[in-house]
Amino acid sequence: MEHLSFTLPSKTAALPKGHTAIAGVVGSGNLEVLLEPGPDPATAHFAIQTSAKGYGEVWQAVLADFAEEYPIGGLQFSINDNAATPAVVALRLRQVLESAQPGTL
Amino acid sequence: MHGADGIRESVTATTRILLMSWNLRQTNRQARLQRGAAHCESPKVVAAAEATSLLESVIEPGDKVCLEGNNQKQADFLAEALSKADPAKLHDLHIVQSCLTLPEHLDLFEQGIARRVDFSFSGPQAARLSRLIEAGKIEVGGIHTYLELYARYFLDLTPRVALVAAEAADASGNLYTGPNTEDTPAIVEATAFNQGIVIAQVNRIEERLPRVDIPGDWVDFVIPSPRPFYIEPLFTRDPAKITETHVLMAMLTIKGIYAEYGVTALNHGIGFNTAAIELLLPTYGESLGLKGKICRHFALNPHPTLIPAIEKGWVEAVQTFGGELGMEAYVAARPDIFPVGRDGTLRSNRAFAQAAGHYACDAFIGASLQIDPQGNSSTAIIGRVAGFGGAPNMGCDARGRRHTSPAWVKAGQEAQSCVNAMPRGRKLVVQMAETFGEKLRPTFVERLDAWKFAESGAFELPPVMVYGDDVTHIVTEEGIANLLLCRTPEEREQAIRGVAGYTPVGLARNREKVKELRERGVIRRPQDLGIRLSDATRDWLAAQDMRDLVRWSGGLYNPPTQFRNW
Repeated sequence: MEHLSFTLPSKTAALPKGHTAIAGVVGSGNLEVLLEPGPDPATAHFAIQTSAKGYGEVWQAVLADFAEEYPIGGLQFSINDNAATPAVVALRLRQVLESAQPGTL
Repeated sequence: MHGADGIRESVTATTRILLMSWNLRQTNRQARLQRGAAHCESPKVVAAAEATSLLESVIEPGDKVCLEGNNQKQADFLAEALSKADPAKLHDLHIVQSCLTLPEHLDLFEQGIARRVDFSFSGPQAARLSRLIEAGKIEVGGIHTYLELYARYFLDLTPRVALVAAEAADASGNLYTGPNTEDTPAIVEATAFNQGIVIAQVNRIEERLPRVDIPGDWVDFVIPSPRPFYIEPLFTRDPAKITETHVLMAMLTIKGIYAEYGVTALNHGIGFNTAAIELLLPTYGESLGLKGKICRHFALNPHPTLIPAIEKGWVEAVQTFGGELGMEAYVAARPDIFPVGRDGTLRSNRAFAQAAGHYACDAFIGASLQIDPQGNSSTAIIGRVAGFGGAPNMGCDARGRRHTSPAWVKAGQEAQSCVNAMPRGRKLVVQMAETFGEKLRPTFVERLDAWKFAESGAFELPPVMVYGDDVTHIVTEEGIANLLLCRTPEEREQAIRGVAGYTPVGLARNREKVKELRERGVIRRPQDLGIRLSDATRDWLAAQDMRDLVRWSGGLYNPPTQFRNW
């Protein structure tokens, strides 16, 4: 397992205080994303556990695009990944955000 | 021409002139038939136990032999019989064959029975073929697309002996090939009318056949085999394995390409991507009001995943390359849709379905293993020589086409770069692939592995399945790149990088240029088409699993054992 963590600037999320959400499952080629409140409204924090080693740069690119496209400041994402492709990662991130604030995406 | 074959042919030509004899092939054929007669129990029937001896007596060293390795059906008993031949009697055979599928097909080369091969597809044997090429145990004349190979059977690669598979024969040698007729008519006609020998393995001998697919006059020997010939259900896809990414790409394709151009006649390449499209027609396609406007004529095998669309009245006709194990009863019950004979069963025909795929289709859509920034696409990756099957024939612009259709004309207009140029149409050739494949292997690469095959001398040219300048669209989970609208090679390259996602090829994109291409509509993201990522769920699939497909078919579809998972 590889452990990665990223803190990225982003516009503050408009989420009810204390809200949590979860998306995905830790199956082969899949990942589980847990969304919780984070400490800093100007940044989003990502803690990743992944079975696919050596993809740090790809995670950086995927998460940076996500943080730029959506307001996720003040949120914390915990990810359990089982070698999902970037396509599936991007999908689950959007799904977890959508389930935390339905209809706003 | 090529080496030993060329010398043999010029020796034959010289002999012909010296002897003032113009029927050498005929004379030779008679000699073979006489030797073969010794193994017959009736004028044409040979017992299974005599199979290898028959082959040793009618085949001669150096012959071109076509062993029916089709995409789906295999003359497996004859392959086994040939692989048991004595290499002292049969050697240096030149195999001309659509598909290298069974282990026996390559055993022939290891044993020194065969030396050279011309073929089209080798999926199941791709890794072993690659090893044999590297070890110098097999000479590859060329990889072909199916229709190209059949064409050469009628010109310069004519089989001297054809070993085919049929459902049934009668005592006169008439053959019933049934739903899996596939390549047989093309192979047998080319062989029979060039003084060749045709040998068929059959599941049974019948007094009266349901219908005659191959006339007995064209068949020399019939061998009832101990077990039915092998068929692979290659085109069956379990809906339970379709992912959200497949659904997303199917939505992009239906809305962004089929609806956009009005694609009514098309071919779907094999795979989960196209299975997802088929299952989305009666649901997502219906929600967009597209029934009757797209997807009416298919050049396609009888895909089980097309059943819901057929049942909902989307499809007018399906022209089949082959059959599909388990679909026989469903197809027989839908004679308005499928090519069903007077006997009530399907007759497939790969040669003509391929011709339809080339000339009569508005669009081809297929997947790939590797795509480069110019759009060239190949399945030849290091360690695997899989060949191409029908893709090169259908995945290319049909420059001989002359009849118009709205999709063909619109694509042609988009491609037209110069106002004064002669207007012409264009076939839509769509490559559909997730940016990362199995085991996170990137689909998009800076340089195809195909180059390495040319550099090593194994192939004269890099083996490319679909050339970049034939590709009109690339669909990935990141969106659609419309290459018809690109005006320079640089724009084309950035359009491709712009949908190559987070692969190294995608990450190397010029962000400014990609942004501009998106503004021009050359690249369209899901959001640009009004598709939200969270909309792409499996709920859109008309069938969620194999059991649903059976239900849709009214119980007529009978999935093969490996798909019976409920």
